[in-house]
Amino acid sequence: MDIIISNNSNQPIFEQIKQAIKKAIASDELKENEMLPSIRNLAQDLRISVMTVKRAYDELEQEGFIKTIHGKGSLVATKNIELLREEQMKEIEKYIDKIVLISKSSNISKEEILETFEYLYGENE
Amino acid sequence: MENILEIKNLCKKYKEFELQDVNITLPKGMIMGFIGENGAGKTTTIKAILDIIRNYTGEIKIFGYDNKKDSKKIKEDIGAVLDDMFFPEILTPNDINNIMKDIYKNWDSELYFKYLIDFGLPKTKQIKTFSKGMRKKLEIATAISHHPKLLILDEPTAGLDPIARNEVIDIFQSFIQNEECSIFLSSHITTDLEHIADYITFINSGKIILSKTREELLEDFGIVKCSKEEFEKIDKKDFIKYKKSKYEYDILVENKKDFYKKYGINTIDRITLEELMVLMIKGEE
Repeated sequence: MDIIISNNSNQPIFEQIKQAIKKAIASDELKENEMLPSIRNLAQDLRISVMTVKRAYDELEQEGFIKTIHGKGSLVATKNIELLREEQMKEIEKYIDKIVLISKSSNISKEEILETFEYLYGENE
Repeated sequence: MENILEIKNLCKKYKEFELQDVNITLPKGMIMGFIGENGAGKTTTIKAILDIIRNYTGEIKIFGYDNKKDSKKIKEDIGAVLDDMFFPEILTPNDINNIMKDIYKNWDSELYFKYLIDFGLPKTKQIKTFSKGMRKKLEIATAISHHPKLLILDEPTAGLDPIARNEVIDIFQSFIQNEECSIFLSSHITTDLEHIADYITFINSGKIILSKTREELLEDFGIVKCSKEEFEKIDKKDFIKYKKSKYEYDILVENKKDFYKKYGINTIDRITLEELMVLMIKGEE
């Protein structure tokens, strides 16, 4: 599994870890019930604080992506495709929010935005 | 015993400087970074923990034991590197091994020589031929080779080049792979601490002004940049410090998200430890 931490990113390091693990779960690189690296191991390998990894794991658990078995470690929870889709949708909404903000503040019309979207969407296929 | 180190109401008076009611708690398995300006009281605090200064008041517990009364019980499990304590110049790393073998029951010669190799330190040369960085690395290797549970380090990375700093940080991180072990280190090189420290404690003019987890400080705290007009609408309770410059106000807030929810100002930057130090010391309340 790749976990790429950027220090220049605006995203907190614990968020970057969460995203990487979610991505690995979504792409099936991490299978159901597969063990995740221990908090201390991952902290050492990424050269970051134990607390940072703990925060990422705690939040992933709260969101239902992983579960922690006391004394054993953390593993991937039973997959919930709906949950993952919802997450992705939220991510997309964040960007759309930005688009709306920028276009409104600079008087770029919705039609123009949609046109650009259609164009780029087609390009990437 | 969940806390490896507990300091309660530590006070120490000098003529021109005073430590006032220092309280610090370091849980097991964690790294605490101790930051502050030169002369803020970092070294005095560390020396009090190690009980090598006199006439301080307050309570210091290490592994649950009193640092004065039970010093025999705890000495074996502490490793320390101080800023101003060097080995005699004529000794070689080999000599140090022979001396330490007699001092510490758990001294691990094999581990010690492994660190010497990792750090590229010659076994048989006298310390007087060593550079500042080499001395520091030797002190760290010595402090860690009797398998202590608590490492106390005063400016361990000062004087080290980036490569050596990296090596040292790797050693610190592998040290706390054992959940029973903790590190308390002071530094004014804040970038070293930004990633690996689990807790940050900030001392200024002999007083602890902040002690929080890295996550709270670096992810939740933020600097709000705003105009004078916006600034005047903000409740004083909602920020810690502020600094005004010609074109904008920089405001230190405890929780970026909460602040955004309340005021809707979205120019909020993440904060580095260095910026935090400057704002805490130079900012207005």
